[in-house]
Amino acid sequence: MALITDKLVVLDLEAPDRHAATRILAEALDSEGRVTDLDGFLADVRKREEQMPTGLPGGIGIPHARSAHVTEPSLVFGRTAGIDFGAEDGPATLIFLIAAPEGGGEEHLAILAKLARRLVRPDFRQSLHDAPDSAAVVDIVTREVVNQ
Amino acid sequence: MKFVAVTSCPTGIAHTYMAAESLEQSAKDAGHEIAVETQGAAGSQPLPAEVIAAADAVIFAADVEVRERQRFAGKPLVQVGVKKAISDGPGLIAQAVAAAEEAAAHPEVLAAAAAAPASGGGLATKVDSEAGTGTRIRQWLMTGVSYMIPFVAAGGILIALSFMLAQIAGGKRGAIAVVNYNLTGTGADAHWNLATNFNLTSGMDWAGLLFVIGAASFGFLVPILSGFIAFAIADRPGIAPGIVGGFIAATMGAGFLGGIATGFVGGFTALWISRRKVPKGVRGIMPVVVIPLVSTAITGAALILVLGRPIKAISDGLTSWLNGLTGTNLVILGIILGLMMGFDLGGPVNKVAYTFATTGLATAAATAAAGGTPLKVMAAVMAAGMTPPLGMALATTIRPGLFSEPERENGRAAWLLGASFISEGAIPFAAADPWRVIVSSMSGSAVAGALVMLFGSTLRAPHGGIWVVPLIGAPLLFLLAIAVGTCVTTAVVVALKSTAKTTDADLVAEPAATTAAPAV
Repeated sequence: MALITDKLVVLDLEAPDRHAATRILAEALDSEGRVTDLDGFLADVRKREEQMPTGLPGGIGIPHARSAHVTEPSLVFGRTAGIDFGAEDGPATLIFLIAAPEGGGEEHLAILAKLARRLVRPDFRQSLHDAPDSAAVVDIVTREVVNQ
Repeated sequence: MKFVAVTSCPTGIAHTYMAAESLEQSAKDAGHEIAVETQGAAGSQPLPAEVIAAADAVIFAADVEVRERQRFAGKPLVQVGVKKAISDGPGLIAQAVAAAEEAAAHPEVLAAAAAAPASGGGLATKVDSEAGTGTRIRQWLMTGVSYMIPFVAAGGILIALSFMLAQIAGGKRGAIAVVNYNLTGTGADAHWNLATNFNLTSGMDWAGLLFVIGAASFGFLVPILSGFIAFAIADRPGIAPGIVGGFIAATMGAGFLGGIATGFVGGFTALWISRRKVPKGVRGIMPVVVIPLVSTAITGAALILVLGRPIKAISDGLTSWLNGLTGTNLVILGIILGLMMGFDLGGPVNKVAYTFATTGLATAAATAAAGGTPLKVMAAVMAAGMTPPLGMALATTIRPGLFSEPERENGRAAWLLGASFISEGAIPFAAADPWRVIVSSMSGSAVAGALVMLFGSTLRAPHGGIWVVPLIGAPLLFLLAIAVGTCVTTAVVVALKSTAKTTDADLVAEPAATTAAPAV
């Protein structure tokens, strides 16, 4: 199954805070049947978030977890006007919810690793900012991360 | 320049790789080479040894312990959290350049760690080669203490168990008689010789067995302390002079002070010899013959002829001073040790008090029945180290409103950490609100330390918290002291936090369980 599909893209994400934003993104996973227990998964993400906020410079938030409630390694992408994820330089505008199964296979984890590496690159972030629709986002991620 | 780096993070699927990418990009932009080992969930490819050897400096961008970090021993090191690499890759590369240049300008600073690059083995020291002199002396000492602790633990608990068993099997005199057991007795002593006479049905013989093994373990305390102080100073060449010197110190009755002296003498002698420039022909036999021979001879002779007697006098004086302390003075000692334990929760001051107690155990070693000041000191120090996390745990339970949510979660873990004598369990609270938490932890620890001294509880094990309570003399009073100390800490922290109205929901605590290490 694909890491990301157009059902896993939320271009106009609106939420009062990062926990609400994460929940909206996780609900997309739930309706696609990629998590078995939405609240259990959110609790795992929150546990990680509380160890250290996952906001990063450049307007990025990457709530993530390896969780027993995840069935497929998945990426949910959200674009917002700005939600605080605890980064030093301000709110995040690109949110990546990364879900990995507890005992995830090497090959899937390698894809997630490649995704993480891309996130650091300004041109990759810019192309996501500029993407006109969900299909374009899926294209970019698939081209840059999955098929390389 | 050439660099190597290791990146790692708690989950191992995101930050690890982002940090690696950021470092690679930044190094490339600045015209340097870098090889990054990502210790993440997708498995890690260890850096080839020759790449590490060729590197000018090492960067650790890690929020969890770097695996097999001894591979990088002797290299200039820049160590930061993983986020730093993501947010400021170029700055980190610049720091690595500076560290490499600093090391090139002062090679002697790193020489100690690099003295035997191929022989680093699995043994780690606590020495940070970039620290100042005072810090490094403490790190040398702590390396020795950390290698000594397992011997203290094994020996102390075995001896305590043997006394318990002897009391059951041999009645009131059992715990006194059990120290007569040995492995070499002949003639009139033959019936104490466990090697020749062991009766499977005799409870006293079993107690004797535990005692003999525990005493053997205690016999290693001073040699190991000394050997690994020398190891921290001179790497592998230090071990032989250090251990032999320590053994001589123990035999002469110069105790742990003698062992510390031989550790330093042995370490620096070995270091000095191993740095000499020698002809090529001799170089091959330096590590196997010359260094151990000369350094061991010098260290042993220095102790026997020069240092031994004055140190023995000091050591005897200290021991008799401690044993002579009674009543008020003993309580004052308990207060001071308690204040130290509660002050920095696993930091240097806490460690000084803890080291004082464990080396006291070593001095008291296999001496007869329970009792004696060193055992009370150990009990007081342990009680004082348990109350800070327990007090915080209790405070989050009775007044949750005064704490942030992460703190309340830390509070639940702190019950277990405190009960196990892991003072570090209170660190997340102290990090979020230093002075209120430290004042309260010092108050409670001082009370606990003083009460243990007053009650006269004794402890032979160097660690273990409530799990070794059965081995404690006057256990109920010991627990009472902890309970009172815990309540004092709780009361003070609640009072301070209430008056300051720091119910600020944004109080963010440091991650708790992941950073808490045993107080050793």
